[in-house]
Amino acid sequence: MSRQKFSALALFRRALSGHRGWQKQWRKPEPKASYDAVIVGGGGHGLGAAYYLAKEHGLTNIAVLEKGWIGGGNTGRNTTIIRSNYLFNESAALYDHSVKLWEDLSQVLNYNVMFSPRGVMMLAHTVHDIQVFKRHVHANRCNGVDNEWLEPEQAKQFCPPLNIEDNIRYPVLGAALQRRGGTARHDAIAWGYARAADALGVDIIENCEVTGIKRTSNGAVEALETTRGLIRSRKVGVSAAGSTSVVLALAGVRLPLESYPLQALVSEPIKPIFPCVVMSNTIHAYISQSDKGELVIGAGTDAYTSYTQRGALHINTHTLDAICELFPHFRRLRMMRNWGGIVDVTPDRSPIIAKTPVPGLYVNCGWGTGGFKATPGSAHVFAWTIARDEPHPINAPFTIERFRDGYLIDEAAAAAVAH
Amino acid sequence: MLLIGCPYCGERPEIEFTYGGQAHLARPAKPAELDDQAWTDFLYMRSNTKGVHAERWRHARGCGRFFNALRDTTTDHFLATYKTGEPRPTGGDP
Repeated sequence: MSRQKFSALALFRRALSGHRGWQKQWRKPEPKASYDAVIVGGGGHGLGAAYYLAKEHGLTNIAVLEKGWIGGGNTGRNTTIIRSNYLFNESAALYDHSVKLWEDLSQVLNYNVMFSPRGVMMLAHTVHDIQVFKRHVHANRCNGVDNEWLEPEQAKQFCPPLNIEDNIRYPVLGAALQRRGGTARHDAIAWGYARAADALGVDIIENCEVTGIKRTSNGAVEALETTRGLIRSRKVGVSAAGSTSVVLALAGVRLPLESYPLQALVSEPIKPIFPCVVMSNTIHAYISQSDKGELVIGAGTDAYTSYTQRGALHINTHTLDAICELFPHFRRLRMMRNWGGIVDVTPDRSPIIAKTPVPGLYVNCGWGTGGFKATPGSAHVFAWTIARDEPHPINAPFTIERFRDGYLIDEAAAAAVAH
Repeated sequence: MLLIGCPYCGERPEIEFTYGGQAHLARPAKPAELDDQAWTDFLYMRSNTKGVHAERWRHARGCGRFFNALRDTTTDHFLATYKTGEPRPTGGDP
């Protein structure tokens, strides 16, 4: 079906006619009785998988089922940091695949996802940090992933608001900088994929919760029971983040996942002051500035498993303590909003993108606290896995069986993230 | 912040406690006799319950003792706390 193309000229012409005449960006179809493939979960990862299934694998009779509204889960709740400076070869390949897709995604989708490679700087505060980050720099370079070491003065040059004096509890001793990293617009990735997938014939069905998974006598997936009726499909890809355990339990599949609240918050909007993304794992702060001017701050996970999409205030104040030491200018800023998302965490902090023991049932989960950056790459290899019933070489190591077989991809121990 | 009822000290704020994960998981008496899947289940598989969840807490910055709790993970409301070794109170999913 034909779609209005977004361009500066189109914007100008619509402006002259009072912005009437823009099409709806995607349809709101009734679910059909049967599809060739169904994706459960309408976040960026799920919508992207539907898009790549249609675009690259010729499957266009597809539906995306979303319990709430698209992009309303972790896609709309994260702090939009994009980077690929992970330690292990498997992770570097996966996350860098994603960063490369981010780079021209706005052109590919004809939708401005506002990818801004403004640089991600990770601060070192201890001798151990320095050793670990330098190891990351070297490992990344061996894998063709850019990462460089900065002395404190260079870090301050790159991010002028940074306090590099020795008057704080954990002074900045240096930093690792990935210049290709940055941020993007969180909602736009869901909307861009939704619009592009819809144009290829994908049905996006909101307010449709999966309540059962029906299987044939030999155990393969046959149909989904949903709040909007029975939907037949022999291929089902589950991309349901914090709710993945609940969905997969409908087919009797257990996964090594636990769901935790992860919180974030934004300040009142201010003029541009913050040119990059700064992360500190040791004292726990993640901060960047959105194009609206709000400082976007990532806090930690709460201690306990939960499905409530909220957490406790002391998690946020802990992060703000660190922010105020690193960036004393921000001490008098007011925080406007805070919220939580439910993240599905694996024991090794690496995702699972794999076939399940149930034929026709595939799962993309375990992204934990860092799934946004991986959205395009994850969706791309998940679509491959669903279409061909075998993993793409990039996601082949990210199986469920790695926990049984001892092939963990232990980014938790590698401390790419602090929580 | 949650208020958690330590069975020994009474209600205290969450920051006095550490979380210990799913309760009533006993380490297999003879791990060598388990096959790989059973050992994987013990090490890595958790119920991740959406609903009433039996879990361990430790009053780390108080009496220092472990205890168990029933909490609804859809509301974070505590239904009960009880001492380690006591059976799980009835209610909720297994």
